[in-house]
Amino acid sequence: MKPEILLGDEAVALGAIQAGLSAGYSYPGTPASEIMEYLIKAATKTKAFVASWSVNEKVAYEEALGVSFAGKRALVSMKHVGLNVAADPFMNSALTNAHGGLVVVPADDPGMHSSQNEQDSRFYADFANIPCFEPSNHQEAYEMTRQAFDVSEKFGVPVMIRLVTRLSHSRSTVRPREPRGQNELKHGASQDWTLLPVNARRRFRAVLDNQAAMVRLSEESEFNSLRLNDKDRSLGVIASGIAFNYVQENLRDLENPPSVLKVCTYPLPGKLIRGLVEHVDNVLVVEEGYPLIERSLRGLFGIAGKTVKGKLSGDIPLTGELSPETVRPALGLKPLESLDLGGFKLAARPPQLCVGCPHADTFQALNKALKEYHQGNVFSDIGCYTLGAYPPYQAVQTCVCMGASVSMAKGGAEAGIHPSIAVIGDSTFGHSGLTPLLEAAAADTNMTVFILDNGTVAMTGGQPSYASGERLLRMIEGLGVVKEHIRVIEPLPKNLDKNAQVIKEEIDHHGLSVIVAVRECLEEAKKRRRGG
Amino acid sequence: MKQDIILAGVGGQGIISIAYVIASAALEEGLEVKQAEVHGMSQRGGAVQSHLRLSQAHIWSDLIPRGEADLVLSVEPLEALRYLDYLRPDGMIIASRAPFVNIQDYPDVETLLNRIRKIPRHLIIDSEKLAKEAGSSRTQNMVMLGAAAGRLIVREENLTRFIKVLFERHGETIVASNLKAFALGQAVAAAADFVPASGAREGKGGG
Ligand code: SF4
Repeated sequence: MKPEILLGDEAVALGAIQAGLSAGYSYPGTPASEIMEYLIKAATKTKAFVASWSVNEKVAYEEALGVSFAGKRALVSMKHVGLNVAADPFMNSALTNAHGGLVVVPADDPGMHSSQNEQDSRFYADFANIPCFEPSNHQEAYEMTRQAFDVSEKFGVPVMIRLVTRLSHSRSTVRPREPRGQNELKHGASQDWTLLPVNARRRFRAVLDNQAAMVRLSEESEFNSLRLNDKDRSLGVIASGIAFNYVQENLRDLENPPSVLKVCTYPLPGKLIRGLVEHVDNVLVVEEGYPLIERSLRGLFGIAGKTVKGKLSGDIPLTGELSPETVRPALGLKPLESLDLGGFKLAARPPQLCVGCPHADTFQALNKALKEYHQGNVFSDIGCYTLGAYPPYQAVQTCVCMGASVSMAKGGAEAGIHPSIAVIGDSTFGHSGLTPLLEAAAADTNMTVFILDNGTVAMTGGQPSYASGERLLRMIEGLGVVKEHIRVIEPLPKNLDKNAQVIKEEIDHHGLSVIVAVRECLEEAKKRRRGG
Repeated sequence: MKQDIILAGVGGQGIISIAYVIASAALEEGLEVKQAEVHGMSQRGGAVQSHLRLSQAHIWSDLIPRGEADLVLSVEPLEALRYLDYLRPDGMIIASRAPFVNIQDYPDVETLLNRIRKIPRHLIIDSEKLAKEAGSSRTQNMVMLGAAAGRLIVREENLTRFIKVLFERHGETIVASNLKAFALGQAVAAAADFVPASGAREGKGGG
């Protein structure tokens, strides 16, 4: 088949389709969104499988699990923190004897380009006792995804493909192979899928009993390789996933290259690691994310007679994203010569709301109304409106995780903060805002919730939102919010005074109010005008 | 044969389109390609860059090592300077002189241009003027691609071919204005040349 230039995300999606995917689910989040974008485009064209955005990652995961129960192959993708949301089904699905291949693809964001932390999903795979593939390039992302479905069906567990931003959002050539067909419908066995203690204990045992076979598979994997230098045994490098490339990139500058073990599969291939460690005096571990391999290698007491270098020893930076230059010093190389600014200061250019964005008008009205109160706080959430933290608005004081604005405003109000205000977008509200609002309505907490309804998941490129428009208003009422205190405003410059007045009235109301600010995202309006 | 290029600009200026055209041309010519780009938060009016690597041999890293870029191609003068430490000492910089002002502390444009002029091999292009001449101020990215075309290791006819592919679905007028933008950038760059250090000159459309 013809080679194609694909994003790392797209290589995974294509691999899944050609492995006989029956359904894919996801919630938008950088850097994972393009996996589902690709699946949806392909599914729209061929109508051969299901691909859809879910209301959140937990729901997405459970939908995929239902497909696996039915004997068919399913993929669920999300950004790394999305796996926290789906952690409950994820951990338990390790025990449910998946018989239709189930592949979970979290995309990590080392360096926090678009995220609130840089957690390393490999630890989740380890936690759940399931295999994990960590591609170093696009072809591997494609091949590993295909293989992951087989491994999942072989062991009856979900299998993880761990991506990182730099692979997700880099394009390179992929040479696809012949696609294969989908599985037939075949119902799961209830004794495997009903995790009552009696079944769960048996299933857990079975997963543990399979660990040795999973290690063997990892040891034999074509994605790992060991290259020993017999002339010089001073240094051996263990490099995993994309970090392997950064080591390779620098090797040509070394007269005497170290022995190198490439590790791209988990559980760790013990035999290969022993093969390297026994061959050399010093070991350097280079991995993107947290020091998982390095920690396993060191244990509590280290390896007698050898030094282990890496992130924990300070030879490789412990935080942020790796690059060819961050690994040079650990390999004993000086930085390359380059041009530089020589003290010339450059102004930073942080991201910001689009000119004319409806959120800007909401923040202006909110700031205006809040001038009369002194001790208040605005709890924000995840979306374009988080940019309201920057000047000129500086309108919000928190951003923690999906839905936290509403729950934190409730906690804040109960601790004595007034006004206690939550700001959440329509899609984020659908994702994780309903449950805390239900609670706040039941307690009639003295707080004000803003739902910014721009009709889309704007930050990630305009995916559909489930909690928007008329349906959103009915949902709020259905949760038990008193009708008189559900107010709708249109955030436009000409409505500034009127909107600030509404906000003041609702802050002064002793109890729960919800203000819905309705105006379409500009980017979406543009897309609609262009007819797509 | 290899070439490492940093493409720079502000979210929304069409960096990814430039990358698409060069990368597709390179694939057509049998080169290996890796192209790292920025999605997500920074795309909202923030600084964005793309690392584009072309090579006959295998390419390992998706990121260009600091000190290895052959070219910084920027649709904006402030952003042109942001990635200077990626440029090898004999690398070149091709920058637009049209500022994209969306921050309060945007520096004086002449000061920026003077700093760019200190780089031994530089070319400053008035992409705004040329884009308007091409019929749409949105074609500045193609002006800049045209200005760089003669220095790229891919053939110019393959570049224009993929400009057509890229804009096809937007209709003939848009294809035509982007091709014209490309040609205008090309012409201005051809009239200038990179004389190292003291003799550095700028294109006629620039200055
Ligand atoms: S993409 Fe939409 S919601 Fe986001 S800043 Fe722009 S206009 Fe506002």
